[in-house]
Amino acid sequence: MMRTRRITKLFLGIAACVALPITAAAQQGESHIGKVTGHSDAGKQLFYRYCWGCHGFRGDGNGENWLPPSSWLGPYLNIQPRDFVAATFKCRSTPTGTLPTDQDLYNSLVRGFVNSAMPSWITLTDQNRADLVAFIKTFSARWKNEKAGDPIKVPPETKLTVESIKHGQELFQKLECWKCHGQEGRGDGPSASTLTDSNDQPIRPYNFAVGSRFKCGATNQDLYKIFITGLDGTPMPSFADVIKPEDAWDLVHFLRTLQVTHTSPELVLWESTKEGAAQIASRKISGTPTGSGIKQ
Amino acid sequence: MRTKLGYAAWLAVFAATTIAFGGPSGGSISGKVTYEGTPARQKPIDMSKEPSCAKQHPTPITTETVVTGPGNALLNVVVYISAGAPDDPAPAQPATVDQKGCQYLPHVIPMVVSQELKVVNDDPTSHNIHPLAKINNEWNKSQPPGTPPFSEKFAKPEFIPVKCNIHPWMHSSFVVLKNSHYAVSGGDGGFSLPNLPPGKYTITAWHESYGDQTQDVTISGNETKTVNFVFKAKPY
Repeated sequence: MMRTRRITKLFLGIAACVALPITAAAQQGESHIGKVTGHSDAGKQLFYRYCWGCHGFRGDGNGENWLPPSSWLGPYLNIQPRDFVAATFKCRSTPTGTLPTDQDLYNSLVRGFVNSAMPSWITLTDQNRADLVAFIKTFSARWKNEKAGDPIKVPPETKLTVESIKHGQELFQKLECWKCHGQEGRGDGPSASTLTDSNDQPIRPYNFAVGSRFKCGATNQDLYKIFITGLDGTPMPSFADVIKPEDAWDLVHFLRTLQVTHTSPELVLWESTKEGAAQIASRKISGTPTGSGIKQ
Repeated sequence: MRTKLGYAAWLAVFAATTIAFGGPSGGSISGKVTYEGTPARQKPIDMSKEPSCAKQHPTPITTETVVTGPGNALLNVVVYISAGAPDDPAPAQPATVDQKGCQYLPHVIPMVVSQELKVVNDDPTSHNIHPLAKINNEWNKSQPPGTPPFSEKFAKPEFIPVKCNIHPWMHSSFVVLKNSHYAVSGGDGGFSLPNLPPGKYTITAWHESYGDQTQDVTISGNETKTVNFVFKAKPY
């Protein structure tokens, strides 16, 4: 009796030793987005159908669509596709220097990237995108050795007031956002022309004056996250240690008023003040689509 | 009871060995780093886009890709033991980098793996500290004027170029090493690595523009060995 028990224990032990690495390996090839579990095997098929033309056979961002600006054919894409081997990602909910969450990568696939060649992959299914996230994570050993960072806490948005916009404007000066983004947020500050990303490719600061979407989303929460986490691999730093949450919301409110072509509650409120109306009027470009009567 | 005694015995042995082999005794390696040839001429930096920094330099400072001293001395060379010495735990004292006059002081910052690195901004302007790490994790933090210093650590040995994107002339190197036997060549190109127990060592000298050189040295007893490094300077 005693002996059989011992043998059973031994077998259980062996089974555990064999099973553990198998489950661990399975988890490495997986992604978890809400209730959906993505699998890298399925993601591999999708990657080599949809993604590798730009992101490359090895996932290093050197696909045939990417020609460095130095090549005689000139750049075909304006921004080098992401290098999944380096595993440095711009759009994260996690602090600077950490890996993004599965959900962050998934959101990037849903959203696509404004001002770049990366489209929205909304045409794929949820499962497809989850599978792709799982496969993308197999390119770098970082995913085996590190966990994703803890997502930053975004406190509830403070009330939108004229004062908060004005305070945001002060912060824009104090934190010297204008050094790159320009006083009007057009991406033409004094340092703008010298900026390069971490691969020494020229990169432009975001121009607030056109459009409504940002690199990492379109909501106020997304905007909050962008400057708190920073966009890793680019000159945009993290402001997590230097700005208080309530101040950060004030800055968000002000940044919205720089988007003069996008009617947001912030822009409407700012335009209702004398100072704001004058500022916005001086920044708006008016004219007809044919170009006649353009006033800058 | 028995295990407790056992622990005590081990502790005693451990203490004895640290006393015997630690401490300031042992040999040392010292020498000089020089260059031959013509080094690239350093260009004056135009800081007119940042008046608060330009004001701090009555005569414009130059770039620091190659810094030389009298007698062909080569400065800012990190000399360290790349093989033969055990890995050291991180020292309690932090390594410090100061941003002053839109310059990194010192220009090259050596540190040990997991040692605290204190980043200070003494300028009346914002900087962003952006170590372009490939082996460690790349991060990028803003430090507006008046904000307190912050601390970071690097988990793996690496030579990391550092830049401030706002001020494109600002350039530095964080040198993350496995042990604390390192020195940076000073004004006369001299360096010294003290407190080396007897053994065979590989010494590496690293310069940000000229790459690295290695030499093997054997230390027996308390002797002081002289090791000199000569880098070939290129005028371009």
